[in-house]
Amino acid sequence: MPAIIQVKNISKSYTRDSFAIPVLNDITLDIEEGEFFCLMGPSGSGKTTLLNLIAGIDKPTNGNIFIKDTDITLLNESSLAKWRASNIGFVFQFYNLIPVLTAYENVELPLMLTHLSKAEKKQHVEAALNVVGLSDRMFHYPKQLSGGQEQRVAIARAIVTDPLILVADEPTGDLDKNSAAEILILLDRLNKEFKKTILMVTHDPHAAEKASKIRHLDKGDLI
Amino acid sequence: MKIFKLIFKNAFRHKLRSFLTILGIAIAVIAFGVLRTVVTAWYVGVEATAANRLVTRQAVSFIFPLPYTYRDKIQQVPGVSQVTFASWFQGVYIDKNQFFARFACDAETMFEVYPEFLLSKKELETFKREQNSCVVGEDIAKQYKLKIGDVMPIEGDIYPGRWEFVIRGIYKPRDKTTDATQMLFHWNYVNERMKKETPERAGDVGWYIVKIKDPSKSGIISKQIDDLFKNSNAETKTESERAFAQSFLASTSAIITAMNILSFVIIGIILLVLGNTMIMSARERTREYAVMKTIGFSGSHLIGLIMGESLVISIIGGALGLALTFPLIQGLEKVIPKGFFPVFEIEPITIVLASIAALSIGILSSLSPIQRALKMKIVEGFRFVG
Repeated sequence: MPAIIQVKNISKSYTRDSFAIPVLNDITLDIEEGEFFCLMGPSGSGKTTLLNLIAGIDKPTNGNIFIKDTDITLLNESSLAKWRASNIGFVFQFYNLIPVLTAYENVELPLMLTHLSKAEKKQHVEAALNVVGLSDRMFHYPKQLSGGQEQRVAIARAIVTDPLILVADEPTGDLDKNSAAEILILLDRLNKEFKKTILMVTHDPHAAEKASKIRHLDKGDLI
Repeated sequence: MKIFKLIFKNAFRHKLRSFLTILGIAIAVIAFGVLRTVVTAWYVGVEATAANRLVTRQAVSFIFPLPYTYRDKIQQVPGVSQVTFASWFQGVYIDKNQFFARFACDAETMFEVYPEFLLSKKELETFKREQNSCVVGEDIAKQYKLKIGDVMPIEGDIYPGRWEFVIRGIYKPRDKTTDATQMLFHWNYVNERMKKETPERAGDVGWYIVKIKDPSKSGIISKQIDDLFKNSNAETKTESERAFAQSFLASTSAIITAMNILSFVIIGIILLVLGNTMIMSARERTREYAVMKTIGFSGSHLIGLIMGESLVISIIGGALGLALTFPLIQGLEKVIPKGFFPVFEIEPITIVLASIAALSIGILSSLSPIQRALKMKIVEGFRFVG
């Protein structure tokens, strides 16, 4: 399988009070298409930073990141936003749903940036909610859903545009054991059944069990 | 889902806060509208002046009279087409609170010099013929339920004694700015009585109104008139009717200026209130903006969302304020004595200014939150704890 994600000699450091704090040190990494890739490591190891760089929501200090031959480190903010809209689906630890929108409207949000017709949007949203098993909760607001259901809505929002890559940052970190298991089953299904490339960050060994490949980060170094 | 739906949902996320902000804007627009209406009502007298009319008054002060004999001399000045005159009568009708302008005037020429006072030919002829007759404006007739043939008793103060005038005409205003709250009667009638009771005051008129053929020559004609009476016992000051009307406002210009400034200060205050609301809203939604940016929403999308939300609140507040201003002004018009503000209504410019103010508030108050949202890095947005 060809590498869909190529991380080449990536370094990242933050500046705090004129001090440069290194977070990632010369990381090189390939992730193949269709892989369920898990990044593990303790808090502060730089795993979320690496995920953000691959997802194009942060810029590296040095190095390049190729996603299907596009060097995203060379894209400006505007191009990067468009690129993210069509290539990346995000799942966050704290779901990050818009509280004034229903489950249906939250899932529909990324489609507002497309030129799909109303009927096509409806079809996409319903299909995404069907995949995550929430067809019966379409018109519920986030506060009317459980944590697990909210995360499933977030996953539906992430897949509704049929992105190239699904990135998940501690997707089970805020859930109870049963809900976490449901989410992992869902991610596994998306990987196996829908052939989605998934990049997941977690520090939970049980969550990592679903992944086809696991790499560890420690103090900014890939080990 | 359209972007407008999201804007509306965001605008009313905190219903009480949005309601109070809308109410604040509505009250500001009402205050702005009322203050502007008072200011424009103050200037109605100036707006109603004609370019082809001059006013000749005593040079020392308006309160001192001029001799009636000046009339023929002024009439002889080249460029003058008609001369009429009037005296401020004042007096009390019913009680001292019933204020409206009462003038002793030259019945023969008054309505020729003031064509904006529309009086039927029959009423005008009767008025000219009967010495103790008077003409009142339509608004005064309505206010006091007066009709032709009624007698208006006036208790004189400047011209002491009891005076009775029979209404022989009710004039209508030609223009919106024409004052329809005046009472006009014969100077001759007053003068004849003065001859008997206080002869030393007979033959005096308050001021002359000079109709000229060419308004562009008003300066030259004014000087020629004043030159006629130089070094006399009653020197004159002639000026355009507009300048004459403005001189009355000079004493109240500080109040008018203060009201004008106040109307804009109110808009400034409400700008800060909405600005604060928008900053709070945007701050609370930092993570949401980070999510939206992550999903692919661009800077222009965020500008549209934040400015749209601010505009929704300001437009609803502005529209509510304007909708309430109309009945309020109508109510005030009924309460304020007719003679005080002859024309008291919302000018189109006030509506335009209030609308512009509401829109400006909406746009300006969103600028700071927009700047913050645009500058915010996505990863910092996710770390934000509100």
